[in-house]
Amino acid sequence: MAPVVALIEHADGKAFDTSLQTLAVARSFAAGQAVHALVLSSPIRLDLELGRNAVFALANDLGHYGVNVAHIAEHEALDSFAPDAWAAILGQLADQLDATAVFAAGTERGNEVMARVGARANLPLATNCIAVSAGDPITLTRQRWGGSLLEEARLNSTRPLVTVAPHAVPIETTEAETKVETFTPQLKEQELVVRVIEHVAAAGGGVSLAEARVVVSGGRGVGSKEGFAIIEELAGLLGGAVGCSRVVTSAGWRPHTDQVGQTGTKIAPELYIACGISGATQHMAGCKGAKRILAINSDAEAPIMLNSDYAVVGDLKEIVPAISKEIRANRGHAG
Amino acid sequence: MRVLVCVKRVPFTGGKMVLAPDSMALETRHLGFTISPHEECGVEEAVRMIEAKSGESVVLTLGPAEAAEQLRDAMALGVDRAIHLETDGSEWDPEATAAAIIDAIRADEAASGPFDLILFGNESADSGGFQVGLRVAGALGRPCVTGLKKVTIEGASVRCEQESEGGRDVYAVPMPAVLTVKEGLNLPRYPSVPGRMRAARKPVATMTPTQAQARLELASLVVPAGQGRRAEVLGSGPSAAPAVVEMLRKIGVV
Amino acid sequence: MGPTDRNLPSHARVVVIGCGIVGNSVAYHLGRLGWRDIVLLDKGPLPNPGGSTGHASNFIYLVDHSKEMTALTIESVKQYKEMGVFIESGGVEVARTKERMQELTRRMASAMSWGIEPVALVSPSETKRLVPYLDESIILGGFYTPGVGVVDSLRAGTLMRERGQSAGALAVAAKTEVLGIDVEHGRVRRVRTTEGDIEADTVVITCGVWSPRVARMAGTQIPLTPAVHQMIDVGPVPRFAGAKSDIEFPIVRDMDTNMYERQAGGDLEIGSYAHRPILYDPDDIPSLAQAALSPTEFPFTQPDFELQMQHALELMPEIVGDEKVGVKYAINGILSLTPDGMPVLGESPDVKGLWAAAAVWVKEGPGTGKAIAEWMVHGESEIDLHSSDIARFHEHQKTRAHVRARAAEGFNKTYGIVHPGEQWASNREVRLSPFNVRERELGATFFEAAGWERPQWYESNAPLLEEFGDRVTRRTAEWESRWWSPIINAEHLAMRERAGLFDLSAFTIFDITGPSALQSVQCVALRQMDVPVGRVVYTPVLSPTGGFKSDLTIMRLGDEHFRVVTGGASGMSDRKWFQDHLPPDGTAQLTDLTSSTTTIGLWGPRARDILATLTMDDVSNDGFKFGTCRTIEAGTLRVLASRISYVGDLGWELYIPMDQGLKLWDLLWEMGKQHGLTPCGIGVYGTTGRLEKCYRAHGNELETEYNVVEAGMTAPRVKDEDFVGKEAHLRHRQEEPAAIMCTLTVDDHTSSTGEKRYMLGREPILTHEGKRIVDRHGRGSYVTSAGAGPSIGKHILMAYLPPEHARAGAALSVQYMGERYPVTVAVAGPTPVFDPENLRIRS
Repeated sequence: MAPVVALIEHADGKAFDTSLQTLAVARSFAAGQAVHALVLSSPIRLDLELGRNAVFALANDLGHYGVNVAHIAEHEALDSFAPDAWAAILGQLADQLDATAVFAAGTERGNEVMARVGARANLPLATNCIAVSAGDPITLTRQRWGGSLLEEARLNSTRPLVTVAPHAVPIETTEAETKVETFTPQLKEQELVVRVIEHVAAAGGGVSLAEARVVVSGGRGVGSKEGFAIIEELAGLLGGAVGCSRVVTSAGWRPHTDQVGQTGTKIAPELYIACGISGATQHMAGCKGAKRILAINSDAEAPIMLNSDYAVVGDLKEIVPAISKEIRANRGHAG
Repeated sequence: MRVLVCVKRVPFTGGKMVLAPDSMALETRHLGFTISPHEECGVEEAVRMIEAKSGESVVLTLGPAEAAEQLRDAMALGVDRAIHLETDGSEWDPEATAAAIIDAIRADEAASGPFDLILFGNESADSGGFQVGLRVAGALGRPCVTGLKKVTIEGASVRCEQESEGGRDVYAVPMPAVLTVKEGLNLPRYPSVPGRMRAARKPVATMTPTQAQARLELASLVVPAGQGRRAEVLGSGPSAAPAVVEMLRKIGVV
Repeated sequence: MGPTDRNLPSHARVVVIGCGIVGNSVAYHLGRLGWRDIVLLDKGPLPNPGGSTGHASNFIYLVDHSKEMTALTIESVKQYKEMGVFIESGGVEVARTKERMQELTRRMASAMSWGIEPVALVSPSETKRLVPYLDESIILGGFYTPGVGVVDSLRAGTLMRERGQSAGALAVAAKTEVLGIDVEHGRVRRVRTTEGDIEADTVVITCGVWSPRVARMAGTQIPLTPAVHQMIDVGPVPRFAGAKSDIEFPIVRDMDTNMYERQAGGDLEIGSYAHRPILYDPDDIPSLAQAALSPTEFPFTQPDFELQMQHALELMPEIVGDEKVGVKYAINGILSLTPDGMPVLGESPDVKGLWAAAAVWVKEGPGTGKAIAEWMVHGESEIDLHSSDIARFHEHQKTRAHVRARAAEGFNKTYGIVHPGEQWASNREVRLSPFNVRERELGATFFEAAGWERPQWYESNAPLLEEFGDRVTRRTAEWESRWWSPIINAEHLAMRERAGLFDLSAFTIFDITGPSALQSVQCVALRQMDVPVGRVVYTPVLSPTGGFKSDLTIMRLGDEHFRVVTGGASGMSDRKWFQDHLPPDGTAQLTDLTSSTTTIGLWGPRARDILATLTMDDVSNDGFKFGTCRTIEAGTLRVLASRISYVGDLGWELYIPMDQGLKLWDLLWEMGKQHGLTPCGIGVYGTTGRLEKCYRAHGNELETEYNVVEAGMTAPRVKDEDFVGKEAHLRHRQEEPAAIMCTLTVDDHTSSTGEKRYMLGREPILTHEGKRIVDRHGRGSYVTSAGAGPSIGKHILMAYLPPEHARAGAALSVQYMGERYPVTVAVAGPTPVFDPENLRIRS
């Protein structure tokens, strides 16, 4: 019986959680068919940094997530990201296995590679799904509006291409016997035209918004560019990053890199402090990964209150400095 | 140079998603419409490129008659003319959308010469398919770089920067090329009043494409159950600060 | 204290629904006047619950042609200033056309009439000095009001709530939606909300555009429609960079294009009333959750604004033409429009205890709140609100179709040049008298009153112009010729010499019957109503403070049967007033006969001759005395004849069932021919005939702000029985009046261009030297009524003057269209200028 195949993204010898979540959906779709995984690897970089064993170990470990066969594709060109090459390899493997479905995580790269697979093979792609059931047609549930809305859809395809919405389904562990195989792809020159030629590291200093444990964000209520001083102060005291809403970037008060939202950064901190942010769907799509949300807003009935754990009602221009002062005072006592 | 930017008309949503009675679309009776946010930056970029290099910028949309509003919006920012692939307003799947756009591009290029760059949004705000630009690029046989936050034309090629883990990945591809861009690429300007007035007089070519059989079919929309959390009010005004810090300590943030 | 008081009380003295500027003001003023247990609700959040207040442009122009609106605005500004939320910026209304320049002189006149100072007409270059970013080459001038300003209406609302709360008078509940209003036995009992029920026998609907929806819950109507007002915000404006306050330059109203432009911090806000009327139903307004912005900020419709951009660009090219200045924000803001452009205030005529304060804009919000609170607490407001009274509407005027038709027609008149005689074009011919068919044949020009089509004059009378020759004054100025014809004056003279036939179908007529009928009419009428059956009494109806609530005639038709006849315009509110004063035990009833009874007026020296040919009854002076009424037979018809007159000539009002009206008309017509009977329009009845006799009219001379003594209508003695306003009236009789109703005539009509000009009313009366005349209560003198007096050959003006000017022969002046004209006081007090001994009506 033909298997399903899933693309596994990884870094530093670890598969991404999003890829492991994808495996859960792929297994459920497979309903007993074999689950194959594709792990891409570059011998050049591996020699330098990781060692081949780590990739094999990672591939071998996929058995815990129900992978029956893990294919490690090695190619020199894979030392830097080349999306057409990734798409070619995934397509070739799917062809070789006569896969009944292809899965990837709905990450930027996952979506991009799968779209290229679809374009190359003239197959439809359903992105950011949270559930997929085999059948004719295939039925699936996918996210729209960054997850603020769900779509029930029918997919008519002999080989459905599906990406799985990040952090929308749990990782499932199981025990499967995993066979690790190597796969040698054939790449054409034109598939390497689009490839990363350089990586520019972010300017140092500060905590990355996406990774921060605490994010303090300001919205329309902050009122001005200068108004962010108190937001920065509080973020600094908490060792967190500064965020903002789309209104703020549109007004030019903060750079877009600070924007939390559907079209900005999606964050998953321990604590999100939203100051003067009403909570439009566009914004909530970016911060729904936060473990806890504290809203500071003059409007006790703002939509964000329905999605927060804690709230302080009133003028953020008074409240935020008061919190900073209180933190300092407590530290004073402690020290 | 010639630049095409493809945009999608999407509703401007507020604090809550409300569905139309048939659950096949959002209830948009009370909503305004806008160009999908990533594409707003695409429009701005196209305008800046032509301001810098001269030539022609063109905006294209596939959507209902009302989508002419978004074409005018783009032209108000400086785009020279528009192509409207008019639909009855029903949902077109990404493949059908791409097919219609490919046909339109081929026709326009046959008449006016090739586009050096074709810009798309990385994904639409509403359906978020992440694929129309890539399908168009594939069909036209042009390189495509996605999710761009910076685009620099360097001679016959274009340098593209994409946000990635810990910084930016850089690509360089020869033109003609297809680029999909993201919000943050630039800060789009507001339309000036003279710009708006000029936009009213700029040409819009309207055509009615045939819709290819959809393979990804919308069955219905569902508003996901809310997280149902109701905020615990820690107080009002600055006097709430001690309670806030107490909470921060409890969750281990301070 | 938090913005919202949790735990909704289960009982309240009054529930105010809606936390916009109006609701906050009403609740605050009720508390200030001593009421407690006030609950103020809104379904939205605070401080901005999402209604029109939240997106209002918040600027206040002071001058309006309506005295009532100006008074409410002035009071509002006073309150905004006291709360510290008013920024004075000044404002200039600019003119692009000659017609508008003339209109600006009218605005100057209104400013003087209502006491708004300083104001000035400014040249284009002076305008440029005030507003340096405007292109003065396209304007002809401006009307500058330094006192114009901008308010923070949300902040004002918050302050008023806080004051009410800290006085312990007020509980506020946001996010509390009203689900129902329970009415029992015609009275409000309870408000049902999402947070529980509140027992209350008084409820105020201050829900702005939602008001019709809430009124419907109580089974009644608030006739208004939500409508779009477009607004855009452009910026950043280099000239405004570093602005220290929200507004530093005067607000400009580009009157001819129906637009305004105002600085808003670093931006320029451009608003328009020029686009096509875009009306919604109250049910179209989205919920808070559905709306992308606020429920009353609808998506902007760019195509409706194309022409307005052109206009803004013409006037302010420096800013609007700047390629770097962008459109940052654009909305279709929703506001309330009513069929006649006035607010909807007061207690519902259908449900006791249900009050409305709707279709009120930010500029008049706090003043309206105060007035409504006074009305609720004291039974009357300091400012006369008769033009805004919710009870003014006739049934057809409350229909959705009528509201929408008139709102659509009125929308583009927001900044329009509206002639005082201007007639509505939409939804006409709703109420037709039985004579309408004949009137059409006679070429009547119809004016509307309370939905009735009334002939203003008849083209068939054009030959009279030749007959009366120079005695009929012609008008050459276009403005005064509009909605007017010299035929009116010719009809007047024909009536004075022979007889006139008048269609008076627009009267509102109702009977008061039952054992307590006498007591009921006695308690609202100033005059003695315990008169013999068959007597007709003309009586003022007083407000609690002794001002004029109305004036009307009452016929005693039986021991327990009175018939009240009043004008169509005030008919419905008069009916409510009588209804409200019926005894609660049901021993008197009110029956409306307006649509079943019609009236013909027959007046003139030949009136008796004509009537005598129709009837065998005795209609001689002794047989049918002035001031009496009785039923006579005219052929096969039984007609209630009432010998009174509003035009100062011998004659009768003839009341007849509607179905037989045409028959009576035809009989009179046939018999009148030989006596020279002329059909006469309301131009004679309401203006020329009335003014020659110096008869006062409600809404003109008679308002709650003036009393009986001042109006010169004091009777020799006051009846012993109690009546509304008696105490105040007795006091007024002891006082020296602060002003006296006078009749003036214009000495010279010649303007600086040599054209004769004729005042139309509401112009300021000034001293001979041109100084404003103000009485000791601060009330300025203005023309309450103006019109021709064809029989005396003069143009007549009526005005209240302080005693020092109120003497025959006093030389004063009137300001009209930017010029002053000499006038002389002809009579101080009630004596008519025509037939001062009243020989004619008693002949």
